[in-house]
Amino acid sequence: MNPGQYEIAIDPQWSTAIDTIVAANAAQPGSLIQILEQTQKEIGYLPENVQAYLSEKLDIPLSEIYGVTTFYALFNTEPVGQHTISVCMGTACYVKGAGDIVAEFERQLDIKAGETTQDGKFTLEACRCLGACGLAPVLTIDGHVHGRLTSADVRNLLENYE
Amino acid sequence: MATPASNTMVQVTIDGQSISVPASATVLEAAQQAGIMIPTLCYLKDINQTGSCRVCLVEIEKARGLQPACVYPVSDGMVVRTNTPLIRETRKSVLELILSDHPQDCLSCVRSDSCELQSLSKQLGVENLPYPGEVSDYTLDLSSPSIERSSDKCIKCRRCVSTCQKIQHVSALGVSQRGFNTQVAPVFRHTLDEVNCITCGQCINACPVGALREKDEIQKVWQAIADPVQHVIVQVAPSVRAALGEEFGLDPGTPVGHRIPAALKHLGFDKVFDTGFTADLTIMEEGNEFLDRLQGGGALPMITSCSPGWVKYCEHHYPDLLKNLSTAKSPQQMFGALAKTYYADISGIDPRNIYSVSVMPCTAKKYERQRAEHTNRGYEGYDDVDAVLTTRELARMLKQTGLDFLRLSEEPFDAPFGIGTGAGINFGATGGVMEAALRTVYETATNQPLGNIEFLSLRGMEGIREAHVDLPGVGAVHVAVVHGISNARDLLEKVKSGEADYHFIEIMACPGGCIGGGGQPLINAQQRMTLPEDYRIMRTRALFAESQDLSLHKSHDNPNIKLIYEKYLEHPLSEKSHYLLHTHYQARPKYTAQQWVAQDRDHEDLDILVPWQHAHEPHPHEPHPEHLVPNPFAYPDYENTQPSLPESP
Ligand code: SF4
Ligand code: SF4
Ligand code: SF4
Ligand code: FES
Ligand code: FES
Repeated sequence: MNPGQYEIAIDPQWSTAIDTIVAANAAQPGSLIQILEQTQKEIGYLPENVQAYLSEKLDIPLSEIYGVTTFYALFNTEPVGQHTISVCMGTACYVKGAGDIVAEFERQLDIKAGETTQDGKFTLEACRCLGACGLAPVLTIDGHVHGRLTSADVRNLLENYE
Repeated sequence: MATPASNTMVQVTIDGQSISVPASATVLEAAQQAGIMIPTLCYLKDINQTGSCRVCLVEIEKARGLQPACVYPVSDGMVVRTNTPLIRETRKSVLELILSDHPQDCLSCVRSDSCELQSLSKQLGVENLPYPGEVSDYTLDLSSPSIERSSDKCIKCRRCVSTCQKIQHVSALGVSQRGFNTQVAPVFRHTLDEVNCITCGQCINACPVGALREKDEIQKVWQAIADPVQHVIVQVAPSVRAALGEEFGLDPGTPVGHRIPAALKHLGFDKVFDTGFTADLTIMEEGNEFLDRLQGGGALPMITSCSPGWVKYCEHHYPDLLKNLSTAKSPQQMFGALAKTYYADISGIDPRNIYSVSVMPCTAKKYERQRAEHTNRGYEGYDDVDAVLTTRELARMLKQTGLDFLRLSEEPFDAPFGIGTGAGINFGATGGVMEAALRTVYETATNQPLGNIEFLSLRGMEGIREAHVDLPGVGAVHVAVVHGISNARDLLEKVKSGEADYHFIEIMACPGGCIGGGGQPLINAQQRMTLPEDYRIMRTRALFAESQDLSLHKSHDNPNIKLIYEKYLEHPLSEKSHYLLHTHYQARPKYTAQQWVAQDRDHEDLDILVPWQHAHEPHPHEPHPEHLVPNPFAYPDYENTQPSLPESP
């Protein structure tokens, strides 16, 4: 960064974490994706200021970093909750009422699909066919599969993670 | 990518024709040599070679499937076919797919008649437009004072992205998302005025379609001309005369300066002036400022400040070098300042009734005129320059009147800003400012006539050029000239690391200087491949032809320059000159929209003041605050934008 340049406002804990990650990867050029992955693991997601901070640190244009973080589904630019609920919206699940299940989660958590609850506990998302159509409608919570559900099961599922 | 500097030749057969081509050529280049123009869309010579649009597909024996000619390297004995039913059909369906997500607005589109997509669809024989499919997201970004972006017309060719990144090192535009949702836009869906875009317009020159264009000020100018109260004056930048002819079918490199005064009078302007005059004035102020810094221990290297794109880049990316920028205003803004003071005085017209227009090769000039330093001036609160037309907009206005440009007769520019010297006219090409400055600096410093006024090592299209000039009695000065921000950045990094040591640097944001500006007539991808020479070299030749025609070649010899100092400004760097002809700069964050932009601690020191002006004393010519009229058209005043700190997460 050039002296006198506007600095990017970032939590000092975050910047220290990023500095360490960048230093650890310094030997390998072209390790942007790795650095982004490790940063996300550390911070939980990749908000705008983190991407901008990385851009300055690595001297890579922010537009290029933004291009990478929006290209790969693995990167989150919004914070993710402690638990991620992915409801399958594939054809089989949809036909068997996945829409109602999503609606019930939305009602109980007071968020829309794609969002995270205020307390940071749950992220709700819709996903594509999970390959478990026999159990439709299906969802995963932190990767654990739950099948043959109805909207009546939603409360129970959530209570398990309270 | 073609590997350069390979002299070996290989033999290839294209559509039955056997030819010998350099081993480093692509199939596209080889075919061109064989007289076959393969259609292209995303390819832009020397700038974009991504092979993404697939319009240039050809058949290569032994290769699987059809291959994109623009990226496929030749090899010895290769057999290529460019015209088979399969190729024709496939190219057409590729194009139809692009058209299915494209508005069919040709009738009202600014690029109709210069659109590469439109001519391609004719060339490939698209007769029935495919059903419009799902249309991708549509953003109309009008935020920039210079550039308009309509994403619906964007075909995602990335020519702008490569230009902004490789030529300008700004990367204000980037590619994000994927597949159907692919976006070519600034980061985080921000608008162009919220990111580090320098408003240079090079992306417009690269865009094959109407997705990027200049902010149009034609209507405003027509209105002013129609208003009986307004005295409408116009200044024309040197490089406009080296390119305007292209809009009327003349070859690049045809000078048309002699026709411009008559053309503008025909449009209804009351007075037609030459920016070459204030270019000479810029040299007087900047040249003397340089000597002042050289002999008085001021910040060196001094860097030119007449390219507003470069100035904005410096403010975003090199705030520590702002003290090195010359405080002299650009010729456009010097003209604007004088139009509403000196000119108003001598012609007895109320400055509020003077409407000052400039015709520029440059979109960044639209931004420059709206900077806070140049608006809301004087007791009357007027703007120094009221409207900026690019060369392209001027051509459109002329076409609207049905005037036969090629039949116009020669007329002189009007007094008192009618005469520019050859030095001022050369401003339009890279190296021109430095050459003009050296002529004046030499004679001012040494009191001796300069024998050879041509500094040939400063001419040409090399990215970075330099010269050593001996000023008898003063010492040797080392100067450099760069064009295109990427080259500028390379040079500045060397200056900062101490690897290079200069006294004076000329920086122009656009490749080739103003003759290659973002407001100049468009040179499409095919012309870039087929013109006998780089079009910038052709335009430079036209510019030099214009300046050769003039009798005077040193700014300080301009009789009207002598007169204005005698009658009004007193001498270069006088107090009055300072108020009217000098300006200041400020550090700017790269991303203004961000809550997370914090102000740097020593930002305070960076508001560069004219060194001989005391910071807190009000200047005698400064308008009284009560007389300031808020200007509704002013570009948002960055000085009052105080980005706030975010709450910690
Ligand atoms: S960009 Fe080209 S094809 Fe599209 S509407 Fe404009 S002229 Fe027509
Ligand atoms: S105007 Fe210049 S800086 Fe801005 S996006 Fe276009 S090329 Fe980039
Ligand atoms: S804006 Fe123009 S140059 Fe840029 S990707 Fe879109 S069509 Fe291509
Ligand atoms: S559709 Fe839901 S698992 Fe396949
Ligand atoms: S892929 Fe060759 S021109 Fe686009």
